[in-house]
Amino acid sequence: MAKSPKQALRKPESGRDRKVVVDATEALSVVQSGMRLLVGGFGLCGIPEKLLATLAHLPAGDLEVVSNNCGVDNFGLGWLLEAHKLRRITASYVGENREFERQLLAGDIDVSLTPQGTLAERLRAGGSGLAAFYTPTGVGTSYAEGKETRAFGGKTYLLEEALRGDVALIKAEIGDRAGNLVYRGTARNFNPLCAMAADYTIAEVETLVDEGSLDPDSVHTPGIFVDAILHSPGEKRIERLKEQMPEGT
Amino acid sequence: MWTREHIAARAAAELPQGSYVNLGIGLPTLVANFLRADQNITLQSENGLLGVGPYPAPGTADADWINAGKETITATAGAATFDSATSFAMIRSGRIDVALLGAMEVAANGDLANWMIPGKRVKGMGGAMDLVAGVRRVVILMEQCTRDGESKLLERCTLPLTGQGVVDRVITDLGVFDIEDGAFVLRELAPGTTVERVREATAGSLRVSL
Repeated sequence: MAKSPKQALRKPESGRDRKVVVDATEALSVVQSGMRLLVGGFGLCGIPEKLLATLAHLPAGDLEVVSNNCGVDNFGLGWLLEAHKLRRITASYVGENREFERQLLAGDIDVSLTPQGTLAERLRAGGSGLAAFYTPTGVGTSYAEGKETRAFGGKTYLLEEALRGDVALIKAEIGDRAGNLVYRGTARNFNPLCAMAADYTIAEVETLVDEGSLDPDSVHTPGIFVDAILHSPGEKRIERLKEQMPEGT
Repeated sequence: MWTREHIAARAAAELPQGSYVNLGIGLPTLVANFLRADQNITLQSENGLLGVGPYPAPGTADADWINAGKETITATAGAATFDSATSFAMIRSGRIDVALLGAMEVAANGDLANWMIPGKRVKGMGGAMDLVAGVRRVVILMEQCTRDGESKLLERCTLPLTGQGVVDRVITDLGVFDIEDGAFVLRELAPGTTVERVREATAGSLRVSL
């Protein structure tokens, strides 16, 4: 993980709008080559579209990405793949992407597969000041080879280390100027976990509201986990459209 | 012989009243079509939804509402959304009563292989290893033989495992099998097939208890 002290990343100004950034390029100026990025989303649901589209055209490369999936051809993390920005990806499932497959077979990109629940919990632990945890997931499989095990109450668990990143790129439905976030539907997924586990978190929000507009009881991610907010009511894409058959068919 | 729809209907019929159920991708997804309202089943989708509803009406699909197969869905009345850590907390802690999953191989000792074939492209285990490690009851829905006619019910799995000793029951096109004491126990025969046909199609230890 590249050295990126939070103090150096944090914008120096203080005051009410200190977290609000005017455009994606400004927000992404903290991203340097070699960094580890945590990217929210499940499939194409709840991904920071504008931040990813912009990052694909910025100079930073040789990036390591932690994300449940790796986008699809021509959308999401697929943009970073096509721009050859990725050195390594940690994910639970990487189907649906021919460019990814091509780069993997060519040895241009390295992949580390992690069970989905383990990935989520590693991020949660990383964002919670914890070093590691024991989980029953994967015991007795090839995934467990080389991992430390320990029995508790007669049941075997694997030791899994916490995971942190230099910068998180996440997506929320609504954000306020204090950085508080509200997600919508199943677009929440890994976003709150990535927000917690990075030294610097950039949240792309569809709606930006003033402080006081959100009910404190409805906030999903408290603003302390968010360093920069980008307002971008951008394009959302459906990966697999399924609809009910009309009556009578 | 049961069709895929018959397998799904058979699996739906035995789900306990009021249970929380996770449906895997592929054949298990069909089970949703056969649930009766009076069963009061709550479907969990591991990307973060408890209370998965039907596919949306034409023209109403919403990119923010998808299932674990990335298909657009709706939420039921009484549904709840949550992040991925919370989703797998409910899975690993045994609060999901039943997982219905597909498989490449099942062994007579309950081992399951359903995530990779060496030499073929590896796509990842997704949430499968977490589900089999934590859900109370794991029921596998699959065709009993490969396209080449090879049995998928083996004495020991040959493919990399998803979990060790995790399968409770297998429902195939030929019948219903429980895994007990290191053997497949045939509990129910699909119409139009025979015990002899089941024996031919089962490579692992088999007991018949109809």
